[in-house]
Amino acid sequence: MQLIYEKSVAGRRGIKLPASDVPAASALPAALLRTESAGLAEVSELDLVRHFTNLSRRNFSVDTNFYPLGSCTMKYNAKVLENASALFAPLHPMTALLPGGVEFCQGTLGMLYDLGQLLADITGMDEVTTQPLAGAHGEMTGILLISAYHAANGNKAKKKYVVVPDSSHGTNPASASIAGYEIITVPTASYGDMDLELFKAAMTDEVAAVMMTCPNTLGLFNPHIKEISDIAHSHGALMYYDGANLNAIMGKVKPGDVGFDVIHVNLHKTFGTPHGGGGPGSGPVGVKKALIPFLPQPRIVMDNDGKLLLETANPKAIGRTANFFGNFGVMAKAYAYIIMLGREGLIQVSEQAVLNANYIKEKLKPYYELPYDMTCMHECVFSASKQLEHGVHAIDIAKFLIDKGYHPPTVYFPMIVKEAIMIEPTETESKGAMDAFIDVMIEAAKTAESNPQALHDAPRTMPISRLDETKAAREQNVCCIG
Amino acid sequence: MNDSHYCPHTPEEIQEMLSVIGVASVEDLFAPIPSELRAKTFNLPSGMSEFETFGRMQEIASENSGNMLNFIGGGFYDHIIPAVVDHLSGRAEFYTAYTPYQPECSQGTLQALFEYQTAICRLTGLDVSNASLYDGGTSCAEAAMMSLRITGRTKIVVDGCVSPFSRQVLKTYLFNLNVDVVEIPPLDGLLNRAELAAVLDDSVAAVLVQNPNFFGSIEDFTALADQVHGAGALLIGSVYPISLGLVKSPGEMGMDIAVGDGQSLGNPLSFGGPSFGFIAAKKKLIRNMPGRIVGETVDRNGKRGYVLTLQAREQHIKRHKATSNICSNQGLCALRGLIFLSSVGKEGLADLARLNRDKAEYAKGQLAKISGVTVLQSAVTFNEFTLSLPKQAATVVTALLAHGIAAGVPLGQYYEGSENCMVVTVTEKRTRKEIDLFVKELEVALCN
Repeated sequence: MQLIYEKSVAGRRGIKLPASDVPAASALPAALLRTESAGLAEVSELDLVRHFTNLSRRNFSVDTNFYPLGSCTMKYNAKVLENASALFAPLHPMTALLPGGVEFCQGTLGMLYDLGQLLADITGMDEVTTQPLAGAHGEMTGILLISAYHAANGNKAKKKYVVVPDSSHGTNPASASIAGYEIITVPTASYGDMDLELFKAAMTDEVAAVMMTCPNTLGLFNPHIKEISDIAHSHGALMYYDGANLNAIMGKVKPGDVGFDVIHVNLHKTFGTPHGGGGPGSGPVGVKKALIPFLPQPRIVMDNDGKLLLETANPKAIGRTANFFGNFGVMAKAYAYIIMLGREGLIQVSEQAVLNANYIKEKLKPYYELPYDMTCMHECVFSASKQLEHGVHAIDIAKFLIDKGYHPPTVYFPMIVKEAIMIEPTETESKGAMDAFIDVMIEAAKTAESNPQALHDAPRTMPISRLDETKAAREQNVCCIG
Repeated sequence: MNDSHYCPHTPEEIQEMLSVIGVASVEDLFAPIPSELRAKTFNLPSGMSEFETFGRMQEIASENSGNMLNFIGGGFYDHIIPAVVDHLSGRAEFYTAYTPYQPECSQGTLQALFEYQTAICRLTGLDVSNASLYDGGTSCAEAAMMSLRITGRTKIVVDGCVSPFSRQVLKTYLFNLNVDVVEIPPLDGLLNRAELAAVLDDSVAAVLVQNPNFFGSIEDFTALADQVHGAGALLIGSVYPISLGLVKSPGEMGMDIAVGDGQSLGNPLSFGGPSFGFIAAKKKLIRNMPGRIVGETVDRNGKRGYVLTLQAREQHIKRHKATSNICSNQGLCALRGLIFLSSVGKEGLADLARLNRDKAEYAKGQLAKISGVTVLQSAVTFNEFTLSLPKQAATVVTALLAHGIAAGVPLGQYYEGSENCMVVTVTEKRTRKEIDLFVKELEVALCN
């Protein structure tokens, strides 16, 4: 398909601007003027609409295809959430920061406050900041909170390390590293969780935090989690919970109850807000009482009369992690999702997410190697090692699925499983949809034996076949010249 | 019990699935969680219907004053959004997809991001762009961290005229690293160049400026770029994209990295987000860029296509050695930015910028006629300017809020000694009638 710039015709416009009702200002001094207008597209409104409508049709999406991308919780996004979020479109965030401005923002500040309370209850935390703009941004915020906590206790110089299991999301070590920590990685044991003995050996008083995902990226709940927390705390380290997999445990177990001190929640995963082709997400961070003094500013607080106020100049706070109050539009959707589903609805979400993952696991077990064969939570991780005997890789199976109309599961993650295929169906898929997917996965396994070349050749039904990624990386052609 | 239409199984289907798994009940699937760790309370309210949920959200929205006449900016701006932006970005094929890890079934998102990167390069006059960052403040911080990686140095110099919010975000990102952040206090709403020259030594990784700055002033940083390069440092400019319809681009000024908030490009105010951050740089810096980057390539048949590229920089491959921790960015907001820019187009963006400046200059002239009100700076401005009032700006702003006017951002809380000053923003959406009303109301407020 042509680029929008290749459809451009000089002089064409996509929108009529309002006519000016004021006198023209004098021209900018030459030294401040740009010499030539930026080379943006020049297209009519219809050209524009056709271009982007046709582009959209080159995507798989939750609304068009089963999308069991493990670790990403690609559940259905209720349409009413879009309508709810649009209600807040005209509200300027700066209004709340004007003197006396909070009076005019009680609705939005109240919603953020309530959302914080609901998330605190779901996760077992004492207070939540809604400022972080994505999961990884929440991780960084959380680690900075931990660092401020240690500094306040006179331990800034001593606490140099953050411990992560080797099964963790890549964002965990990356977030801790950009926040100034060195990383200690602990291997996974044969039972699918962080090796307890190696963990004990790694723990010293120099560890600032232990970052865990629970259930982990293998979809397994760590039965030793309380023991791990206790060991971490005995060394003065805090426990960080990566909430990426929270969809598995709502109402069943609260991270705060098992010893976690800081948590981020991915609203775009567990709480039903759309993923937007790569964001916007939202990553609120919950903390235990001891960390509240360090929460980013402005912090929304409630006075004795139930009025919402802003704390803006707490000297102990880590400062600001984003310009305003976070991705408000995303939070409006998550809030609507939580109040709509309610207590019973959220419990049902976790139950059926876990039911669906176990169902797929059992059905596919005879065809794909299951490296950790036990009850999983919301996702299951297979290996394509049996298929590899026929020269077929996980990526080949992924491309075969595309031809059959399925977005592939996450492949090659977690890195500790060779040829990993990580399947997360979520609770919103019907049994019928899963049975159809299972049939195609079985077909892929059989084709791997009978006709491996067919898998190497996939996909064949898409507008393009497999792309030359080496060429892209070598040439670095990242913008259209001209 | 199935009271949610989002969890579709019938009781019979659940039984069937349980027997395949070989357990008696759904509860058995949670057996791996030790019983002593199970949640003792779960106090959420009961759920409600879609109709009731939307009603509750309407109630919340009505508790805000939605009809404020905005003369405030401070990083977020009240601009027109062409109807096509909502409709096209509202295609579920865009908004219910995720990061395009599988390029064959994600060419829609990938090509759109390539076109977005192209728009950002052309707008900023730089060579390479990524596929978006979170927002304006975090993009300043990401650019600063990029300069630390590139130069191996340990100091960031920041013009005090940069948004106080962005400066706070920058300091928060860096506080636990061994990095000095040196702020240069503003001089009459402009960069204090003498003081900057005094601190520009070989420990400086980058100088961060903003154009137009928080006071609204526009400056030519061309000479500064040479000076900064002379010290072996990088010049980072945070820019307001609408102003680039008119104002000399970061590339033309010789800047190395340009960043900013993309909210003004087709994203609603939405109480502060979501918007997107952008970052563009000179080509040689690409390997140190944070976040996703889309590149052009060909498929097995030589057909053009797009993929995520240079992924070896990223956290899902490099883990703690990645150039940043970013995973999700603000893809859909960047798409809105692209649709906005493609709708207004090449000359349309210049017209839009001119319209903003015309309205602001008109308002500036009218407001300056009020007795005791003066325009603070003599510098050239775009669509924001700073007024000095005969009394505390905070008092005046509070008074006008009650009349439905957000008159400006008082500077006292951000700059000591500026208690009587406020920054006024006038976008193309403000009519002459609204501006005249504002002038009249301000005059009355100053008399009281």
